[in-house]
Amino acid sequence: MTDAILQARGIVKRYGRVTALDNADFELRRGEILAVIGDNGAGKSSLIKAISGAVVPDEGEIHLDGEKVQFTSPMQAREAGIETVYQNLALAPALSIADNMFMGRELRREGVMGKWFRMLDRPAMESFARQKLSELGLLTIQNIHQAVETLSGGQRQGVAVARAAAFGSKVVILDEPTAALGVKESRKVLELIQDVRSRGQSIVLISHNMPHVFEVADRIHVHRLGRRLCVVDPKECTMSDAVAFMTGAKAPPPEAIAA
Amino acid sequence: MADAKSQPTQEFERVLKDSATEVASFERHRKSPLERAQHVLHGNPAFVPLIVLVISLLLFGLLLGTKFFSAFALTLILQQVAITGIVGAAQTLVVLTAGIELSVGAIMVMSSVIMGQFTFRYGLPAPISILCGFAVGGLIGYVNGFLVARMKLPPFIVTLGMWQIVLAANFLYSKNETIRSQDIAAQAPMLQLFGGQVRMGGAVFTFGVIAMVLLVLVLAYVLTQTAWGRHVYAIGDDPDAAELAGVKVEKTLIQVYTLSGLICALAGWVLIGRIGSVSPTAGQFANIESITAVVIGGISLFGGRGSILGMLFGALIVGVFQLGLRLLGTDPQWTYLLIGLLIIFAVAVDQWIRKVAG
Ligand SMILES: Nc1ncnc2c1ncn2[C@@H]1O[C@H](COP(=O)(O)OP(=O)(O)O)[C@@H](O)[C@H]1O
Ligand SMILES: [Mg+2]
Repeated sequence: MTDAILQARGIVKRYGRVTALDNADFELRRGEILAVIGDNGAGKSSLIKAISGAVVPDEGEIHLDGEKVQFTSPMQAREAGIETVYQNLALAPALSIADNMFMGRELRREGVMGKWFRMLDRPAMESFARQKLSELGLLTIQNIHQAVETLSGGQRQGVAVARAAAFGSKVVILDEPTAALGVKESRKVLELIQDVRSRGQSIVLISHNMPHVFEVADRIHVHRLGRRLCVVDPKECTMSDAVAFMTGAKAPPPEAIAA
Repeated sequence: MADAKSQPTQEFERVLKDSATEVASFERHRKSPLERAQHVLHGNPAFVPLIVLVISLLLFGLLLGTKFFSAFALTLILQQVAITGIVGAAQTLVVLTAGIELSVGAIMVMSSVIMGQFTFRYGLPAPISILCGFAVGGLIGYVNGFLVARMKLPPFIVTLGMWQIVLAANFLYSKNETIRSQDIAAQAPMLQLFGGQVRMGGAVFTFGVIAMVLLVLVLAYVLTQTAWGRHVYAIGDDPDAAELAGVKVEKTLIQVYTLSGLICALAGWVLIGRIGSVSPTAGQFANIESITAVVIGGISLFGGRGSILGMLFGALIVGVFQLGLRLLGTDPQWTYLLIGLLIIFAVAVDQWIRKVAG
């Protein structure tokens, strides 16, 4: 309990008649990689949206670092230290890579130009973006001015991951970050996730890819029908068990439910 | 490195590891000249209208000689597009957010009527009346923005309704009265401020033209060099993505419509300078003209793409055609016919440029 950095209790989120989250619990421990798995429509994306301020839950409580938080916008969650890579990436396709990385937290020039004319500090933003992208090693982008829509799917994913990883936060949430990627690019993202964790950040990884989940996760949160079904340890459970739990083919062991 | 970090537990995972060792590469095939042109246009959306503008200037210059290619004639074009350029700037802001603003012309006329009537009916000092005109323009824009952003009503419907409401209010309030030019010149010359001119040789620049060019340049700066401008583009591209990325979508949208209303009020003031009088029937087609300038200027009606400089070029293209064809003595219907063709051409080019993403 005490080592939980992010905790949610009894989250309910309804979209009209659809109940996307039905009394869901969630716990992320400090410095761990928590995988969230579940069938399509289980409510994984809704869960992370509720945690990251993208939607406001109808019921339930969220605690970050022991303090109760109530985010009404992604900006607030970000300021509190939760960065998210959404499934749809949340990039503006016609804008440049640097503009996208700094969307909502742009850097302004020093002095009069920034203060009075509110001029963006493009050189600083671009060199930061270039540095983060090369740290990631994921991209061979020649032109940082390139519009995001002219990038390949993997490159776009890289920009979104770099954006979340770049701003030293407490928690990084990734919603299916490797879904659109090739083998090598996925590998880079997994390495990045481990890098980010080694810097002391805690990570939530939503993924359908069992090998990836079992490779990097410390614990696995199994989501089913809008709620947390159980939490399992990847070292004590096989992939087929996990798939059986999330599809309802098999009931989870009682000690996993209590977790 | 990855191998050290993880212990394969399944057969297929080992295969995955082996396959992950090759170097990442993205396809970099040689681009054909056409593809390269597509990329250039994608990065510089004002390029097409600029080329069309230069070609049409040269064409009419060849056909008409110095009758057309004189400082006087060319600056006359500027004077004729000053209003369209200002209203087009307001339209550009809204269209960039994937909206449309049909009430721009009505807001412009309403503001000019208020500036005139407040001075002549209530005897307010002209500067106060002018401020009131701006306040009303901004307020109407704010209401549009509120209905679009907060109530989530479609911009087309909101501004279609607002156009009717404002136009009717304008006729009711003004009682269809025109304030004569001589009276304004005698009692409140400030209302005609933008009719003033600077001459350089044969060139005549009205203050209205200067205001229009400055406005477009300032907005071009704001749209490309400030965070707010980038947010306007991001919202037009994909409002949900923009919201998730940290843009305050509703607030920005309301600001866009309010600013657009204020710019229309400026157009109303410039309008008084242009026609001399205050007339509730002036500027009837300003909304269609501004949309024409925006579309020919290569700004996408789907939002998020285009440059305000393109809008200015679009307005100038229309002005060049109008003057050129008039000097040639053709039936004015030819102007409309050609402008219609240009609109369809511009939209086709926009669609083609968008395919660059594929
Ligand atoms: N914005 C929305 N409006 C209506 N229904 C939604 C919305 N977002 C999600 N849902 C519904 O909520 C349920 C959970 O969706 P989601 O959280 O995206 O699942 P997952 O990410 O696990 O695939 C689904 O039934 C989905 O249709
Ligand atoms: Mg999902």
